Amino acid sequence: MFGMNTDVQAMIPMFVAVPLGMSLLIQLVARHRQVLAETLNIAAMMALVVMSWSTIGGEGIYHLGGWPTPVGIDMRMDALTTLLLLVVSIVGFAVSVYAVDYMRRFTSTSHFYSLFMLMVTGMNGVILAGDLFNLYVFLEVAAIASYSLVAFGCAHEELEASFKYIVLGSLSSALILTGVALVYGITGTLNLGHIAERIAESGMDEPLLLAFGLFIVGFGFKSALVPFHAWLPDAHPSAPAPVSAMLSGVLIKAIGIYVLARLAFNVFGISESALEMLRWLGVLSMVVGGLLAVGQKDIKRLFAFSSISQVGFMVLGLGLGSPLGMVGALYHLVNHSMFKSLLFLNAGAVEYTTGTRDLNQLGGLNGRMPVTGATSLIGSMSIAGLPPFNGFWSKLIIVLACIEGGYYMLATVAVLVSIITLAYQLKVQRMAFFAALPEALKNLRREPPMMSLAMILLAVGCVALSLLMFSGLRDPWLIGTAQQVLSAGAFGG
Amino acid sequence: MIYSLCLLLILIGLYGVIVSRQTLKIVVSLLIMNHGVHLMLLLVGYRKNGSPPIVDPGTTIADFAAGAVDPLPQAMVLTSIVIGLGVLALMVALCVRLYERYGTFDVTEIRRLRG
Repeated sequence: MFGMNTDVQAMIPMFVAVPLGMSLLIQLVARHRQVLAETLNIAAMMALVVMSWSTIGGEGIYHLGGWPTPVGIDMRMDALTTLLLLVVSIVGFAVSVYAVDYMRRFTSTSHFYSLFMLMVTGMNGVILAGDLFNLYVFLEVAAIASYSLVAFGCAHEELEASFKYIVLGSLSSALILTGVALVYGITGTLNLGHIAERIAESGMDEPLLLAFGLFIVGFGFKSALVPFHAWLPDAHPSAPAPVSAMLSGVLIKAIGIYVLARLAFNVFGISESALEMLRWLGVLSMVVGGLLAVGQKDIKRLFAFSSISQVGFMVLGLGLGSPLGMVGALYHLVNHSMFKSLLFLNAGAVEYTTGTRDLNQLGGLNGRMPVTGATSLIGSMSIAGLPPFNGFWSKLIIVLACIEGGYYMLATVAVLVSIITLAYQLKVQRMAFFAALPEALKNLRREPPMMSLAMILLAVGCVALSLLMFSGLRDPWLIGTAQQVLSAGAFGG
Repeated sequence: MIYSLCLLLILIGLYGVIVSRQTLKIVVSLLIMNHGVHLMLLLVGYRKNGSPPIVDPGTTIADFAAGAVDPLPQAMVLTSIVIGLGVLALMVALCVRLYERYGTFDVTEIRRLRG
């Protein structure tokens, strides 16, 4: 239905141009007009949702400036990029709606919206990049915007977290750039398709293995896999809630997991030892992140550790190397972006009305903030993997894929970590929403309307995603075709 | 051989990032590390006794391809330096703000986040 190849091709650069142009426009016309800035931001995200929806089923390569492939810069669109673009724009849209109420507390919100648009530009650019160096450039655009968004409030914790984030982020970017230099030195090209061809001809020699290792470490930092996770539990909770939702919901996937999967499966060609490394990284992240989350008292910090654990599920699914495992990983990626951004928005609403994130000082919020209570219950049950919700299906597929591949230990660990997830989510529900209301919180306001709207939107998304299951266990709608891109192996030409 | 000098520069930067206690020294170490990577990227495109990558009216494309150094890594390094400048400006601004809040550049005293 949308298979018009030329239409899709003309649309590819717009995914970068629209948010980039909007970030400049907001500074030009809406610098001191808050309502205009909010409207422009929501309009841009709405346009991106419509655009990414209309590219479903389309694929193609866009040559920037009309230059043919070896000379010019390519942007590449296929089913996997469409899936990621949809996730970024839908979560981004809900977050922009939410930010209208939330960001009123801050000064100079037009800067927030400009930086937000730049972050979306960077993510869309990384997703669509057809060559390694542009991938690196867009990665840095998204990273710089997110460093400054983490520090947006300029309080003690925010600055400290942002400094930690920027130091580790620059370190990992330097590793990635070294990898890019090595790959260019050996293959003589930066185009992802051409690199894949050269590697398929000559095989992986040692310098290429070193480059691949540098990429795994570099993008492991970006997606906060366990030995490289130190920045995430500081950076994600310290940021303003809409930014936390974007960072944990989509950024670590768009510039972390996605690039890792793309390079490992479509460019370098995955080997059994690389798969085993991915499985180890995944299991380590799942277990360590889950265990550390249980002990947290700060809601957002707990959710941040939970993100590390859930990212582990995705990497485990990819590391299984089977089509079913990849379906599980991609399905969990989409689901996690929905429920984790929902949970961070809930935490933000709690902080907005009560002024604290400490679980010990909260309680009984269900009576005062019904929308936050209900949506956070949906989010918690989804992430814990209880049956009718989306998280259950993606975790089920990952566990089934483990059993199918003969990894019974991994399947057991995955089930155990799901139970740990249930434990810490129940802890949040009990301590914040169900226990008796403390005296200090007796005269709470309700959450503002735009916040409620955004949270309801994402909660509906969580329920709707579970319906994807009924389009087939092995190839759910959209995700099945995205998985075929990964399992097709190296790019041909 | 000359590549190992780049590696040395990268490792000096890495060492600085790990052992420094002052925020500004960490920033400078990151800068050193980044320039080590930039030099390596330049070396990838270098050719001994190569000519500058500019096509004069007299030279043919075949001569140019045989004699000139690879211009692409130079363009990439230029881009990367600009990105580095942006990150550097942001990092220094953060250091200044951190000094305003905590009254110190010492990272061991800037620790409110734990766990």
